[in-house]
Amino acid sequence: MTDTNPSEATTPSRRALIGWGGAVLALGAAAAGGTVAMTRTGNDVDPAGAAAGGAIAFHGAHQAGIATPVQDRLHFAAFEVTTEDRAEFVQMLKDWTAAARRMAAGHAVGEGAYGGLAEAPPDDTGEALGLKPSRLTLTIGFGPSLFEKFGLAEEKPEALVDLPQFAGDNLDKNRSGGDLCIQACADDPQVAVHAIRNLARIGFGKVVIRWSQLGFGKTSSTTPDAQTPRNLMGFKDGTRNIAGTETDRLKKFVWVDGKDGPAWMNGGSYLVARRIRMHIETWDRTSLQEQEDIIGRDKGEGAPVGRAKERDKPFLKAMLPDAHVRLAHPDSNHGATILRRGYSFTDGTDGLGRLEAGLFFLAYQRDVREGFIRIQRNLALDSLNEYIQHVGSALFAVPPGVRDKDDWWGSTLFSEEA
Amino acid sequence: MRAARLSVVTATAAVAALTAVTGCTEKGSSGSGDRVINVTATDSKCEVSKKEFPAGHVELAIENKGSKVTEVYILFPDDRIVSERENIGPGTKQTVTAEVKAGDYTIACKPGMKGDGIRQAVKATGGTVAKRDPRLDKAVAAYREYAQEQADATLPLTETFTKAVKAGDIEAAKKAYAPSRIGWERTEPVAESFGDIDPKVDVRADGLEDGQKWTGWHRLEKSLWQDKKITAADKTLADQLITDLEDWQKRVGKAEITPTSMANGAKELLDEVATGKVTGEEERYSHTDLVDFKANVEGAEKSYELLKPVAKENDPALVTELDKQFAALNTLLDKYRADKTSYDFTSYDKVGEADRKELSDGVNALAEPLSKLAAAVVK
Repeated sequence: MTDTNPSEATTPSRRALIGWGGAVLALGAAAAGGTVAMTRTGNDVDPAGAAAGGAIAFHGAHQAGIATPVQDRLHFAAFEVTTEDRAEFVQMLKDWTAAARRMAAGHAVGEGAYGGLAEAPPDDTGEALGLKPSRLTLTIGFGPSLFEKFGLAEEKPEALVDLPQFAGDNLDKNRSGGDLCIQACADDPQVAVHAIRNLARIGFGKVVIRWSQLGFGKTSSTTPDAQTPRNLMGFKDGTRNIAGTETDRLKKFVWVDGKDGPAWMNGGSYLVARRIRMHIETWDRTSLQEQEDIIGRDKGEGAPVGRAKERDKPFLKAMLPDAHVRLAHPDSNHGATILRRGYSFTDGTDGLGRLEAGLFFLAYQRDVREGFIRIQRNLALDSLNEYIQHVGSALFAVPPGVRDKDDWWGSTLFSEEA
Repeated sequence: MRAARLSVVTATAAVAALTAVTGCTEKGSSGSGDRVINVTATDSKCEVSKKEFPAGHVELAIENKGSKVTEVYILFPDDRIVSERENIGPGTKQTVTAEVKAGDYTIACKPGMKGDGIRQAVKATGGTVAKRDPRLDKAVAAYREYAQEQADATLPLTETFTKAVKAGDIEAAKKAYAPSRIGWERTEPVAESFGDIDPKVDVRADGLEDGQKWTGWHRLEKSLWQDKKITAADKTLADQLITDLEDWQKRVGKAEITPTSMANGAKELLDEVATGKVTGEEERYSHTDLVDFKANVEGAEKSYELLKPVAKENDPALVTELDKQFAALNTLLDKYRADKTSYDFTSYDKVGEADRKELSDGVNALAEPLSKLAAAVVK
């Protein structure tokens, strides 16, 4: 009982999708708010498949959902492994991969959501029936704590360090860490949530959700003019980020290289996830001048201080010493550059009537020690810190892509022959 | 413990599930049009294409030609639901299938989904229901016996409780409260299948409908732990509880129990745990949730053990997983009692958030494969 989506036939190839990402802007990573991230997907070229809510190829050298043009919506889930049986865990990874492959193509999980045995609950939960693939990508990552299990200690990458305590961190352990993560991104929130829900269901008895986060980003993925999205502080965000087309910079800053080690991570990346709460109400009472000084860009155009246009090269020395863009810029961090893929979140309000809102920061990098850690340390003096607080944190090793229909998530780590 | 309305739905689901099951085996051999009854529903009529049909698998092909959303039921003579379909919109078609024994039935259409509906008397004749695996008949019989034992054992335990209430002895009543509920909690789906008993004895404050009087265990629980006093009204409620439970005890033998309803009942017990006990809502005053929790798991395990020989043949991997997850959850629960033979569990208000999550994870790990048991039994 599969639910074939009619748009499947016109699904663009992975190559085509990366190709149109040419419109994705690629400049210094942390430039427009290192803590505030959003890869731009503004595009002049309209990729038919993407516009039609088409499918992103699941197979490839790298996992989809990293260099892929950013979708509108996010459901991110961190899991803990409860089984102690390695074979059972590996089987779950295979089952997850099979389900993910189907969902990315816009198909229902397993035998579908209806039409099966009346006495059994359907394999698929059904809420994505009739929806387009919506450029769903599912990206798996392995947290440091996973390597304390299944005799994996020897395989733990050196780069998978415990993140240090940064100035101002107020981390909630219930929103931090995790043995595994799944990043589900799609242009339709229901497609992303459906994906996490079904994977969690397959995982019952083997893994449990530790925490999860919903995120939203732009209002549309098909905006004809290349409008840089704004974060909840009202500033354009992600003007300069690594683009999906920038093969050289992806290679240099995002993809783990064979010589970096360990071998199983070749083609993978490292993901930092930070839940950054914004003190929205106090920020909104801050004068325009102060807001612009803090960020280092003007609010309307998004131009760096002393420049006229958003995409003009920032002149760091013109900014205040504690301006956010100045401190986060690669030039202030020995060239440190990360690919940001974060989303805004608003989880209603807190008990004090304040918006429970902020940025769910996601950043991919080849080595977190040379990327996020370096930048975040430098942001200790950031004047923006008065208005934000990091309340959740996690780090994951993101293995390389699933190569073909016989391959599965984590095969390079878990295969006996690997 | 659920609202009355939910209980009725539960009963319906269980019966409907059974009928569909045996229907599968029958369908192939019959395959003829005489098993299909066309039901034309309008705002004022409920026309059926035939009033007599062979017993066994029957299919209602419903067409709503009226202007209102309708419902169609097949009812036993006592109005117990055999099968039903709700929300049939104007101009739409739906089918309802059922497996019926020879006898009298009523087909009812309810335009506007209100009232008793427009009724047609029909009759199922001759025919036989496909023969069931004798091992499953044995399992049903054994389960009915178990359900009866639980009801029989509940009465004296509840009398200890109600006597203490009537004597105004708060401490003795508190002590007798949780043990009096174990038999009920073990076999709750059976009790719920009667529809009317559960809302009288096990409803919580939040399960009450407007105008419904709060009676039963939880009302007394509130008096003992929250109000800390026993009123004259409570003493009357204590008597009422015994009367209602005696009604339950008498009716267990007549309960519609099938292999499918047993399997689904096991899953429902875990659902009860997931929605009521893990959250601490069930026993919000006494905090004896873990006693109910354990009883629910025991009841589910009983059904499972009885169905296991058949399930094992059809789905050995499922049985392996269920054995493992039942053991894991029982081990987890044992952390909360010093003596593994007693029902003296940690008060749930002393169970922290992390531990509650661990319990919740254990329930999910068991309930997910348990939801596949019914299919494994009828394959």
